[in-house]
Amino acid sequence: MPKEFWRWKEYNWHEENIDPKAGGIISGGVDVGSVSSQAVVLIDGKLYAYSNMRTGSDSPNSALNAMKWALEGTGLENTDLNYVVGTGYGRVNVPFADRAITEIACHARGANFMYGPSVRTILDMGGQDCKAIRCDERGKVTNFLMNDKCAAGTGRGMEVFADLLSVSIEEVGDLSFDVEKEPEPVSSTCVVFAKTEAAGLLRQGWPKNLVLAAYCNAMAHRVVTVLERLGMEKEFAITGGIAKNRGVVERLEGELGLTGLKSDFDTQIAGALGAALFAKVLYEKQQAK
Amino acid sequence: MIANYGYMDGSGEYYITIDTDKCNDCGHHGCVDACPKGMFMVEIDDYDDEVACIKEEFRKQIKYACSECKPVNDRPPLPCVTACTPGAISHSW
Repeated sequence: MPKEFWRWKEYNWHEENIDPKAGGIISGGVDVGSVSSQAVVLIDGKLYAYSNMRTGSDSPNSALNAMKWALEGTGLENTDLNYVVGTGYGRVNVPFADRAITEIACHARGANFMYGPSVRTILDMGGQDCKAIRCDERGKVTNFLMNDKCAAGTGRGMEVFADLLSVSIEEVGDLSFDVEKEPEPVSSTCVVFAKTEAAGLLRQGWPKNLVLAAYCNAMAHRVVTVLERLGMEKEFAITGGIAKNRGVVERLEGELGLTGLKSDFDTQIAGALGAALFAKVLYEKQQAK
Repeated sequence: MIANYGYMDGSGEYYITIDTDKCNDCGHHGCVDACPKGMFMVEIDDYDDEVACIKEEFRKQIKYACSECKPVNDRPPLPCVTACTPGAISHSW
C-alpha cells in the first residue's frame, strides 16, 4: 500500500488530577468537521478530556467514535454527560447531542477560553474552509466571514500538496523554511491550479522545499485577503489544524506584520471546546427552569 | 453580529451582509418574501435571536442567484435591500 503522506497523527488525552465522579457538571462538545472530528469533555468548565481523529464517511459514527475515544480510560460513558453540543459540518448528525450550534460561534467561544478575553480576531483554518471571526471579550461573535467554496487556504489543500511532494504533512512547515530564498507564491485561487503550477515547477527542477515554501506563501496570502476583507484587530489567534503548520503561520504573521497570540491548548480542539462551554451554560439554564 | 454569507473566488468577492442586531429588531422580515429567488429564511441563531439568513443551498452560488436583480445596465434598487426597513442588508458587489 502506498504511503499516505497526508495522514496526521490521531490522539486522545485526559487529565489525571480531576475526579470525574466528584459530582460536577459534565459537559461535552463534538466538532464533526469535514476532515477531522474532535470531542471535548469539561468538568465544571475545566478541560478534562479530548480526542482528535479523522472524520470517516459516516458523521454519526465519527461523532460517537470521537467521544468514545475521549472518554477512554476515564471511567465515564456517553450517558454520564449532562449536556452535549454538536458543531461543525456534521453538527446535525451527532446522535447524542442535545443541541447543534454553528462552528463559528463555537470557535469564538473556544478561542476566548484558550487565548483569554483579549482575543478579538480569530482565524480558523480548517480542513475544508477558512473562517475569519471577530468577537467581543466574552467570545461572542460580532462579525464573521467564511470561505468554503474552494480548497485554497485550507487543510485539504495542504494534504494535496503533501501527497504531491511525498512529504509528511507534519513536516511541511519546517521543510518550507529550508530554502535559500523565499519564492513567489503559487496560484492561491484554486488548489487544482496550484497543484498544476507546482508540478510544472518540479519539472523545471525546483526542489521540494522550495515548492512547499511557495505553497505556504500562497496559503498565507490567500487567508490574509479574507482577514483584510473582515477587518482585523491586532489581538488575533489562529485555530484549526493549519495553526500547527509554522510554514503558513509565520508567513501569515509576516504578511500581517503581527504576531498571533499563543496558547498551550491544542488549536485543533477550539470548536469542540467552545461547544462544550456552550453545553455547560445551556445545562445550567435548563436546570434553572 | 455582522454575518457575511457568500464567498470570494478568482473573479471577485460576493457577500450578502446582514447586521443581525438591526435584523433582530425587525418584526416582519420583509426580505424573505421580497427576494424573487427565495434566498432568505428566518432562523433562531446561536444566541437565540430571530434573524434572517441566506439559505444554505444559495451560499456558494450567490453571484449567480442574485444575477436576476443585478442587470449590468440600469440596475434597479435591490428588492431585499428595499424591503429591509431596518437597513440590515447590504451586498458587496
